[in-house]
Amino acid sequence: MSAVVQIKNLTKRYGDGKLALKDLSVEFMRGEIIALLGPNGAGKTSLISIICGLTTISDGRVTVDGFDIQLDYREARSLIGLVPQELTLEPFETVMGTVSLSRGLFGQAPNNDYVEGLLSRLSLWEKRDSPIRELSGGMKRRVLIAKALSHAPKILFLDEPTAGVDVDLRRDMWRLVKDLQAEGVTVILTTHYIEEAEEIADRVAVINEGQILLVEDKHVLMNRLGKKELLIELSDSLIEVPQGLASLGVRLQNDGRQLSYSYDMATEKSGIPEVLGALKAEGIGFSDVHTEQSSLEDIFIELVAER
Amino acid sequence: MINFYAIKAIYRFEMSRTYRTPLQSFASPVISTVLYFVVFGSAIGNRMTPIDGISYGAFIVPGLIMLTVMTQSVANASFGIYFPKFLGTIYEHLSAPISSFEMVIGYVGAAATKSAGVGCIILAVSFLFVPLEIEHPLLMIGFLFATALCFSLLGFILGLWAKDFEQLNVVPTLIITPLVFLGGSFYSIDMLPSLWQTVSLFNPAMYVISGFRWAFFGVSDVSIAISLLSLAIFAMIFFAIIWRIFATGYRLRQ
Repeated sequence: MSAVVQIKNLTKRYGDGKLALKDLSVEFMRGEIIALLGPNGAGKTSLISIICGLTTISDGRVTVDGFDIQLDYREARSLIGLVPQELTLEPFETVMGTVSLSRGLFGQAPNNDYVEGLLSRLSLWEKRDSPIRELSGGMKRRVLIAKALSHAPKILFLDEPTAGVDVDLRRDMWRLVKDLQAEGVTVILTTHYIEEAEEIADRVAVINEGQILLVEDKHVLMNRLGKKELLIELSDSLIEVPQGLASLGVRLQNDGRQLSYSYDMATEKSGIPEVLGALKAEGIGFSDVHTEQSSLEDIFIELVAER
Repeated sequence: MINFYAIKAIYRFEMSRTYRTPLQSFASPVISTVLYFVVFGSAIGNRMTPIDGISYGAFIVPGLIMLTVMTQSVANASFGIYFPKFLGTIYEHLSAPISSFEMVIGYVGAAATKSAGVGCIILAVSFLFVPLEIEHPLLMIGFLFATALCFSLLGFILGLWAKDFEQLNVVPTLIITPLVFLGGSFYSIDMLPSLWQTVSLFNPAMYVISGFRWAFFGVSDVSIAISLLSLAIFAMIFFAIIWRIFATGYRLRQ
């Protein structure tokens, strides 16, 4: 896969002296879904704002499909669609009116068929003549997506797309993102909802205090950093962990009805056979065995704490 | 390469705002002008001696049109660009492949169209109140649109600069309206004591109103050439300021 967005040594210092991005370099690959994951104030929105042209660069260089975002801003921006975090829309304008404005701003001739298809896809066609102020929050979010897609961009930025969005719409949006990917669109989303990155992203870039901590394939990341936990449901509850199990690091929980054993997926020897062997040797009966994998959230908290 | 679709899109979007609010856009300037005609033209005007051989009712027509066109241009253009800033929808313009020049054409063009349109309506209405003969109709129309454009540029600067609605309103109220009123909308500068005549020469609005009146009646406070020149100079100054604002990203891009 080739890089579609290249960011080199990007630094952003705001007028008030705040350093939002520190010498940040990262590449987004053509056709991928990448999640920029980080706490509030990590620099996610600053990064997106610079690529999309909302904010100026203090130092460094960004290219979009080979076009410098400052020197060739027309070519670069024509390829990009942006869905902002806030529901910023003209309340008195109609859905059709505002989507037509977006398409025109991005230099595209009016195309009723395309816009109709887009609005239908986002369940907005029925509302095309409604003033935006009459729409629900979820509908407004859809309008913002329609505006961002009005010129059929090759790269779509979603800034916190599902913040304050109900479950149905969230599912719809995730499906849409997958569909867009299938059509060849590169999707870059910021989120602090870990499950969002976990659910739809191919790669995850963890960003904190204006720096990229790591960029990794989602599964590799989970494997590399993930801890697994073996949980053993006991037939009869225990008062304390027998010596043979305690020496392996097994703990007793749930009022003595469950044993738990943590192991690292990165190491070759999980230690599971030893635990099961010890159970047999101690003559402990169990009704169920299952494992739990640490979520990106756990990984993330660990990563940020490490720095 | 010019992004014509973007200019057209901005222009149409701004014009649609006008059609959504016909009362605010057209009715209110027309009604206030009619009130001026009734008060100054009919009630007071009957007791006024003609100025340069022109009845007072007719004399104030160009002044009234300019008063409205100047204030409406500033109001339309400043609101047009301030409102997206206020709502945050400006993000889209900043992320779009458009130059500052295209943005100015779209916004200023729409604002000027609206105010020039209102000016034409007022002119039509004034025919109902006073007999009028326009000596240089083409120049008059040209001057009307040029003034609308020039003051829309000024309004655009105001809208870019304003941080809140207070600032947006304070400049028209405290600066534009007094300048236009004191620029000879309702009187000839000759009627003032000599000190105030000199002061009036520093009022930019006076040159514009005088030129517009010349297009109507062939008489003016200053020569038409000076009026046209000053209008061109104002437009250039305003354009330079706007260019500077976009180049530095002042209050637009952080």
